Amino acid sequence: MARSFVPSIVSANDLMIGDVVYLDASGGWTRSLAEAAVAHDAETAERLAALADQPGAVVGPYLADVALDGPVPRPLHFREAFRASGPSHRPDLKRHSE
Amino acid sequence: MYRYDEFDAAYVRERVAQFRDQTQRRIDGRLTEDEYKPLRLQNGLYLQLHAYMLRVAIPYGTLSSRQMRALAEIAERWDRGYGHFTTRQNIQFNWTRLSDVGDILDHLAAVEMHAIQTSGNCIRNVTADHFAGAAADEIEDPRPTAELIRQWSTAHPEFAFLPRKFKVAVTGSPNDRAVTRSHDIGLRMLRDANGAPGYEVIVGGGMGRTPMVGKVMRGFLPRAELLPYLEAILRVYNLHGRRDNKYKARIKILVHETGEAEIREQVEAEFRSILANGGAAHLPGEAELARIAAYFAPPALPERSAVSDREEDARTFDPVFAAWAEVNTTPHGVAGYAIATVSLKAIGASPGDATASQMRALADMADRYSQGELRISHEQNVILPHVARDDLPALHAALLREELAEANSGLISDIIACPGLDYCALATARSIPIAQDISRRFSDGPRARAIGEFRIKISGCINACGHHHMGHVGILGLEKAGVESYQITLGGDHTENAAIGERVGPGLGAEEVGPAIERLVDAYLDLRASPEERFVDVCRRLGLAPFKAAIYREDKRDAA
Ligand code: SF4
Repeated sequence: MARSFVPSIVSANDLMIGDVVYLDASGGWTRSLAEAAVAHDAETAERLAALADQPGAVVGPYLADVALDGPVPRPLHFREAFRASGPSHRPDLKRHSE
Repeated sequence: MYRYDEFDAAYVRERVAQFRDQTQRRIDGRLTEDEYKPLRLQNGLYLQLHAYMLRVAIPYGTLSSRQMRALAEIAERWDRGYGHFTTRQNIQFNWTRLSDVGDILDHLAAVEMHAIQTSGNCIRNVTADHFAGAAADEIEDPRPTAELIRQWSTAHPEFAFLPRKFKVAVTGSPNDRAVTRSHDIGLRMLRDANGAPGYEVIVGGGMGRTPMVGKVMRGFLPRAELLPYLEAILRVYNLHGRRDNKYKARIKILVHETGEAEIREQVEAEFRSILANGGAAHLPGEAELARIAAYFAPPALPERSAVSDREEDARTFDPVFAAWAEVNTTPHGVAGYAIATVSLKAIGASPGDATASQMRALADMADRYSQGELRISHEQNVILPHVARDDLPALHAALLREELAEANSGLISDIIACPGLDYCALATARSIPIAQDISRRFSDGPRARAIGEFRIKISGCINACGHHHMGHVGILGLEKAGVESYQITLGGDHTENAAIGERVGPGLGAEEVGPAIERLVDAYLDLRASPEERFVDVCRRLGLAPFKAAIYREDKRDAA
């Protein structure tokens, strides 16, 4: 699939809080894009997706395309970028990535 | 105000207990997400982009001060200190935690509120004119009808799984402030030639992907026959509405595809059959109607002179008050009183948002100046329905302290905007920042007042929660080639002269919208025949061509 050309990460919403989380390399969940596990090929993406199937922890995990042109993975789609940064209409509601 | 009877109270408490248990079972793994999702949606709990959102019904937009205080407390204790009032007269809490939902619902139940039927393919919260029971132009208070429909439609077993969601709006005034022509069913209260009360029944209006203006199904329906007639409409829809394609599942599509005359015939046949088969049992008797109506009896307002010296003095000596009173008050049915619209559209603010302290202050103001009553408008503002004209200056001073005194009701900065991509999981683009940008461009009060009535409505996707089709200017946020793109429609109208706006051309980038609206307004000011001719009137008189030209012309100021 063409997908293997685009690095991706797994994102979901936390079951209890509902906020945006990312799968890390150990199969846990992080709120920091910097700690998100990045799949560089289709097999890894498939493996991460399988690892993310944790209905007791999160809701709706899915693969999101990222660019690796900076210190942290950068979501490619603007929807994903807004999920990462939080609501844009009030500075105090912005998400602070740890 | 309607008060729960024992049955209502027990039912709501039971639902909270059930949902607590369902949520606990989701948390401990006994329910899967697929099993839990329909249950949480039936209780108004959505999972949005950044958190769970709880949508709480405000029946026909009426709130007591006690209920408003409870909403403030929920915002403060379990959310991030604010709530969002919606175009369906509901309130949404954007940051709900799963483990808190049971407590929040208990808190709501204590003030006779809930989140049932604020989602799903059922009959949703019934909306009504936000000036109900107060407006000078009202034939009759629409809320007893709305309450009757609420009771009939709540947990109605036959209509729990309709092809799609179903929305009903009621107005008791010829000046339609409830957008009845864009609802699945719209009811306009009328009197027949003998003065008997009844309804004009409008069916098949709607916004969304395929906007339609509703069709008059019955020119006059006697009041007592309302429920069997609604039942007939719902039955025809339930039977023939499309379930194969959710984009074609609303009743507007059924009416459109089947034809108005044919649907009318089917509805009338079903109606006759209901009445012939014991349906008279469905007819609420006069006593029951009177029982419900008694809850909405007009407050005993002390007699006052029609003209208030205190108000007149303040209008003369305080220009800030004068502007607010001019724009944000509406004639009341009782001499010496006014309806005050409290704008939740301060310049640069997020439309419809109120902080917990503002909600609490509004509750106090309602107790002090408005018989303890508030209303939420579909325009995302708060209404104090019964304010003595003598009290308007003091009310205005209190509003100023809470940053709630923007004098812009119905003006260009009184923008409807849905949550859009800042919150909503279905959104294709943001709405709120577009509203903020336009609002800041028209922050000059005298200029905004000179422009006059100007309704901008913004939706963050084709679902049209921001009513963009019926804005004088509608703005629809979409995704185009990986960026936000905004389609402009012009000439829409949400009133009794309902009209769907016409799309003017290709989408604009987010930063192009504000400048385009400024050019549009400049063109309007050049073209209007008099200050009384509103933008939408000029659209009707001249067509959209001059405004299209203004929107798409290269603007030198902004290109610089
Ligand atoms: S119009 Fe779309 S983006 Fe806006 S609230 Fe409705 S579903 Fe969400």
